[in-house]
Amino acid sequence: MAGITIDGVRKSFGATTALEAVNLEIADHEFVALLGPSGCGKTTLLRIIAGLETQTAGRVLIGGRDISALPPRARGLAMVFQNYAVFPHLRVRENIAFGLRMHGADSARIARQVTRTAGLLRLEPLLDRYPAQLSGGQRQRVAVARALAVEPAVLLMDEPLSNLDALLRLDMRAELKEVLREAGTTTIYVTHDQTEAMGLADRIAVLHAGRIEQIGTPSEIYHHPATRFVGGFVGSPPMNFLARDGRLLGIRPEDLDIVATGDGLPFRVNVVEPLGAQTLLTGIAEGHLVRVALNGEHHVPPGAELHIRPRPERIRWMDATTGRAIPPGTEPSP
Amino acid sequence: MRGRALPYLLVAPAVIFLTVLFFVPLVQTIALAFETRTGFGLGNFLRMEDDLNFHDAVVNTFRFVGLAVPLQLAAAMGMAMMLRHLGRGRDLVLWIWTIPLGLSDLAAGLVWLALLNDRGYIASLLFHLGLVAEPQSWLTYETPIALFAAVVIAEFWRATAIVVVILVAGLQLVPKEYAEAASVFGASPWRIFTRITLPLMKPSIQSALILRTVLAFEAFAVVIAIGGRNFPVLVSEAYNWQNFNQEPSVAAAYAVVVMCLSLLATVVWLWLLKTPAEQRA
Repeated sequence: MAGITIDGVRKSFGATTALEAVNLEIADHEFVALLGPSGCGKTTLLRIIAGLETQTAGRVLIGGRDISALPPRARGLAMVFQNYAVFPHLRVRENIAFGLRMHGADSARIARQVTRTAGLLRLEPLLDRYPAQLSGGQRQRVAVARALAVEPAVLLMDEPLSNLDALLRLDMRAELKEVLREAGTTTIYVTHDQTEAMGLADRIAVLHAGRIEQIGTPSEIYHHPATRFVGGFVGSPPMNFLARDGRLLGIRPEDLDIVATGDGLPFRVNVVEPLGAQTLLTGIAEGHLVRVALNGEHHVPPGAELHIRPRPERIRWMDATTGRAIPPGTEPSP
Repeated sequence: MRGRALPYLLVAPAVIFLTVLFFVPLVQTIALAFETRTGFGLGNFLRMEDDLNFHDAVVNTFRFVGLAVPLQLAAAMGMAMMLRHLGRGRDLVLWIWTIPLGLSDLAAGLVWLALLNDRGYIASLLFHLGLVAEPQSWLTYETPIALFAAVVIAEFWRATAIVVVILVAGLQLVPKEYAEAASVFGASPWRIFTRITLPLMKPSIQSALILRTVLAFEAFAVVIAIGGRNFPVLVSEAYNWQNFNQEPSVAAAYAVVVMCLSLLATVVWLWLLKTPAEQRA
């Protein structure tokens, strides 16, 4: 059992508050992504769980045991660092074996685990190389193998893919998902990339300014953002917002339809981006910047005057002052 | 044309400086060391070796280098690690630690002489406190261990800071993430130090050891100030042969021996602590 409980964890650095009383419950075997822009406190929270940073208040429990006062080495977890932190003076084999050696595993178990994880991450031909002789993607795989080799109850990952180029990141994302599903480890994954969070996680916690804005499945986060921030941060391009007497009408770019003239809102197209699968239009409607995502077969010239209409069932209402979602049933008509 | 010549022109002052002030005297010294009345040979080295003080000088030099350098390295490593854990005031502490570097080595030797001689501060203090019956003298040929200790302490005080500076610079090149990763994977602070920090510091430890060993073989002013003729080392013997015995060729033989030892020490450290390119941080 390795469920994680974050209980009122707060962190301030001098006068600045990095985290404000964060509460989070993570089930055993669950994969949770901490998603947010840089400076939102997600890495600080991860480092507090790892024991690399000390919280100002609150507790962290793993499997019901309070580990707040334990040093990192006694917490029984593994971590993949953003810059991998693969030891440059050790061969790949010794890097993978490092955690087991530190925990005093016997040589038979070390050999078995190194073979197993190296196989899992396709590192067998590289075992006798030094990290400097590897590519970025290979080093990243060594960092994951080193973490999985100790068979941790909890795996922490701090933006593990952010240093890879776009194509490799896509490959590694799929690979990581497969490997982690097999390992069945409780995982906390920090990222600022919403595609990564949506693609990998069972649940996503969106952080903003040291606070959790919303926790939910990728689909809940995407389709039912709890706040204006979540709608505007998750999704590429993000949600559009139009003012409606004290409220905000939130609508995803793909939920806007082009309609006949005289029907719907007038929309002046400024920029057309043919992205292949989609054609992205950026323009002005009711004085607001609005993005419309159309099927890639549409051809619209820039400067065109169109009319758009939101699909009524897709509209999400938010309070204009608090930015919070208005529960269904109490919303006005569009 | 001017473009091609420019790099050579820019390098020329340094080359001329090194040639005139280092390379020529070096060749002259070596020539002098092998020059005898009958031509070239090992005569000067034999005279050097025949001298009463030669054996003591060799033993003292090696004991001095063998004790001072490891002590300095260990202390400097500890000091550098302490600095790493210091938040505010780190620069101030480093600055205070490096003050002895600003003193000439003769001045440093005299400071320790003033502290340690039979009418020095420490002896007077102990006498006034009634802890000793009469002022003690520690710096004579009758107290060789105390004298040796005093020389090592003075050199330790004077020259450890340069090792600290080199190691602090080296430590800053090692990202903290390695130590963090090691701690997450179960390493105790001591194991992080021995398994991660120390191996990654190898290049700067090597630089520090080369510098300190070469300079310790050449330690002179501190030794003369505290030990005088009671603590002969190779360099002070070279000085004595040159100035008191008026025998420049025997002094040159000593100089050649010291040079060879320095070169040997450098080669040993380069070989023992080499870091292949693929293992660098």
